[in-house]
Amino acid sequence: MDSTVVNEHIDHAVEDHAHEHHGNFITNYIFSTDHKIIAKQYLITGIFWAIIGGGMSMIFRLQLGFPEATMEWLRPLLGDWITSTGKLDPEFYLALVTMHGTIMVFFVLTAGLSGTFSNYLIPLQIGARDMASGFMNMLSYWFFFVSSVVMFISIFIETGPASGGWVIYPPLSALPQAISGSGLGMTLWLVSIALFIVSTLLGGINYITTIINLRTKGMSFTKLPLTIWSFFFTATIGLLSFPVLLGAALLLIFDRSFGTSFYLSEIYIAGEALPNMGGSPILFQHLFWFLGHPEVYIVIMPAFGITSEIISTNSRKPIFGYKAMIISLLGITVLSFVVWAHHMFVSGMNPFLGSIFMLLTLIIAIPSAVKVFNYLTTLWKGNIIFTPAMLFSIGLVSFFISGGLTGLFVGNSAVDIQLHDTYFIVAHFHLVMGSAAFFGMIAGVYHWFPKMFGRMMDNKLGYIHFWLSFVGIYMVFFPMHYIGIAGFPRRYYSFTNFDAFSTFVDLNAFVSIAALITFAAQFIFLFNFFYSIYRGKKAPENPWNSNTLEWTTPRNPGHGNWPGEIPTVYRWPYDYSKPGAKEDFIPQNIPFSKTPESNLPHEVKEIEKEKAVEKA
Amino acid sequence: MIGFSIAVGVFIILAILLLIFRLHTLVNVMKESDKKAGGGFNKGNAFLFMVFLIGSFGLLFWYSVKNFHLYQLPIASEHGVTTDRLFWITMWITGIVFIITQVLLFYFSFKYRHDENRRALFFPDNNRLELLWTIVPAIVLTILVVYGLFVWNKVMAPAPKNAEVIEIMGYQFAWRVRYPGKDEVLGTHDYRKIDATNEFGLDFTDRAAYDDFVPRELHLPKGQPVELKIRARDVLHSVFAPHFRLKMDAVPGMPTRFWFIPTKSTAEMREETGNSEFNYEIACTEVCGKGHFSMRLLVVVDEPADYEKWKSEQQPWLSKNPEYMAQVPQDLKELAMIKSQSESTKLN
Ligand code: HEM
Ligand SMILES: [Cu+2]
Ligand SMILES: [Cu+2]
Repeated sequence: MDSTVVNEHIDHAVEDHAHEHHGNFITNYIFSTDHKIIAKQYLITGIFWAIIGGGMSMIFRLQLGFPEATMEWLRPLLGDWITSTGKLDPEFYLALVTMHGTIMVFFVLTAGLSGTFSNYLIPLQIGARDMASGFMNMLSYWFFFVSSVVMFISIFIETGPASGGWVIYPPLSALPQAISGSGLGMTLWLVSIALFIVSTLLGGINYITTIINLRTKGMSFTKLPLTIWSFFFTATIGLLSFPVLLGAALLLIFDRSFGTSFYLSEIYIAGEALPNMGGSPILFQHLFWFLGHPEVYIVIMPAFGITSEIISTNSRKPIFGYKAMIISLLGITVLSFVVWAHHMFVSGMNPFLGSIFMLLTLIIAIPSAVKVFNYLTTLWKGNIIFTPAMLFSIGLVSFFISGGLTGLFVGNSAVDIQLHDTYFIVAHFHLVMGSAAFFGMIAGVYHWFPKMFGRMMDNKLGYIHFWLSFVGIYMVFFPMHYIGIAGFPRRYYSFTNFDAFSTFVDLNAFVSIAALITFAAQFIFLFNFFYSIYRGKKAPENPWNSNTLEWTTPRNPGHGNWPGEIPTVYRWPYDYSKPGAKEDFIPQNIPFSKTPESNLPHEVKEIEKEKAVEKA
Repeated sequence: MIGFSIAVGVFIILAILLLIFRLHTLVNVMKESDKKAGGGFNKGNAFLFMVFLIGSFGLLFWYSVKNFHLYQLPIASEHGVTTDRLFWITMWITGIVFIITQVLLFYFSFKYRHDENRRALFFPDNNRLELLWTIVPAIVLTILVVYGLFVWNKVMAPAPKNAEVIEIMGYQFAWRVRYPGKDEVLGTHDYRKIDATNEFGLDFTDRAAYDDFVPRELHLPKGQPVELKIRARDVLHSVFAPHFRLKMDAVPGMPTRFWFIPTKSTAEMREETGNSEFNYEIACTEVCGKGHFSMRLLVVVDEPADYEKWKSEQQPWLSKNPEYMAQVPQDLKELAMIKSQSESTKLN
């Protein structure tokens, strides 16, 4: 078999390493090809971006909550983006919203989440020495890094970063006359995202290849942990949808720089009629959302995988409906490609299309519902240990329910007429995607920190972090439903111009205060994280009594992950609290022949096959 | 100076917190509380989930009832009644699911918290349950989809023949409206003819343009179908009239439309809301640049008779801007003179 050949090959490499210890700081920690180091690079970069993106939202929340207050004190930071009257510049407000969305969706919740955990967990959980191509993996990170640098630079240029919303709809994003952020800022945005797409594709190809080819002996697809399944589907979605965004961006670059008219038609702006004819802004929206909708699942699916693992481990129960979970992930993967136009119900596209997309959109709610019910059943009659990771996973389920249900409002085109582009949408996706995926990421960090850094994070700080975040996030996003039902539009600098939007002044202030507290609470996590890397209690090899393979590695797994042979896998990853068993968990590498007291009738037959598996 | 003292204050607080944290970890090491499942605070967290459940549901119901009038805008269009009904049906259905699932989530977390002497139930799957919660949501969603399709198709159906046709155009950063005038036909336009005065780019080779008029506000007749012809001339905008439950993007190069029947005049609405200053408004809901948040258009719904009267008082755009007569072809000049005369100019 291919995989054993590769594994043996790497085995030799590992032995060589053990003898020679070559490599210096640069090859070990910077241009490393080790999946664990690359995962940490993604994580640290993701955390950096989360602070920037979160900080931006604090500034625009101040503006929304306290429109009368002076922003003069921010001048040292923002310079001329504070007007002479001490107010935030309205264009800069839009730039902040745009950058916040871009950073959070792409850099934090795609790269920071998928990049970290796919890289970290795939080889460790399937039993491989490393990714299929360590070099491509390294390139993937460095493309992301360069993409980050370009985006970061764009924040500081004089005309400001891109400001047309994270969805960068043309013509606004195509015409520097329309908004100053559509000048150099937009160019940098496009360059950065193009690099980002290359990074995602390099990563995705690697994840898929690794999962298909490098599974250890006995690790059939039906024994893969749900984390791996979710990373597998996520990478597949990414491979199929990101190239479309690249295409859309390329055409936009042509329209911006080479006078083409893909998206532009009959435009009169800044006292001048442009020559472009025959283009369609709607075309861009179709292309964008063909990526954009799958992208939201790219963000949430790894979080699902992570929580499935954590909830099962800490309920001391098998995940309920393992097969159903995989099928619903598959269903979501397929359906996520055929619902994109629900973002465009009132864009002026043919209403008949609206009907079709409403139907398809509401179908996608079914696999989502199945997942929720399966989580609930997993908790039922469990023996639940509230580690910080478990708390955040339960929080994720709660957010996913709250935000998923509002999907049924906005997925219904007739109802969406009123709700589209109001704060109701902001509430919907911040709960179902933003907060849920963020909780998944945090849960993953708490859970796998002991393996990543060989030390434990502090539990008590974890609890405080959870409760402040959980309550805080609900206090921030739940009120937005009311504000949205009342019709308040998104991306408004202030609401004072309209009688209809003159209410909810105090609620907006409340939301802003809650946001500040929630943001501040994240520094507890940051402290806990960095402090524990150096000073945390030393971690045991398997602190959560978990079944998956990564916990069979040494405390600080080296290059190649297992010092000796890679363990063979005999059973699925969810044998928790099996009747008859001594402990309440049986790791995947324990053969059935060693557990006669707990084997189920159909598992007895497996014992005969074990010899064959070991020889394979 | 203030900045400095704040910095010192923050520093001292952080230092104290750090000290407490250090002491607390040392105490933990001695008590070995970290060895217990859930760090010795398992019950505490389980209990907090119940507190959260009860507290947040209390807050939710209290706020939703108390402020109903704030977030439920009165409805002023015929289709708005049906879309709002669908909204509230969805609210009831999802509300019930919301309560059941959240209660179960937190209650299970509380009830099945860790106990040294208990084992979790080994319950890996059950096809009947899976089937149940695939089929039940499917049925409920079918109901929502069918009703939704019904409403959507009605709202989006072509406008009735007798609809008042009015053009609304978005640009950075305002709305302009244009009425077809007595001939009831909007004149054609060409974006290359736009200039500072001729904001619509009216094409004066088309005789239908001569009597078009461009008022400052959007007037609508109560109880009659109105079709808005929507366009944009620079970037995307979106017409949003919250009380009419109406929204449609304005797209450069691609005309869009939305038709509806206003059901309450401005005066009636003032009475209903008890707000003598009430006005209908149109806002922009597609980000369009610096002034996106200020694209307000005043809307007035008149009784049909008042509406007709108001229309007859409006002066055609051409008569207000006679210099554009130069663009009218020679053979149509006379027609243009006649058509662009309004009632008021005729009287003189
Ligand atoms: C339960 C099924 C769901 C349905 C039926 C649904 C439906 C919709 C619809 C129709 C919109 C467009 C609303 C509008 O702009 O007027 C929307 C927006 C959005 N949804 Fe969902 N959604 C669901 C679940 C999710 C999930 C699971 C995620 C992410 C993980 C998600 C993320 C988003 C985002 C990010 C937006 C806003 C994009 C933007 O305009 O900036 N949704 N959803
Ligand atoms: Cu979507
Ligand atoms: Cu706008």
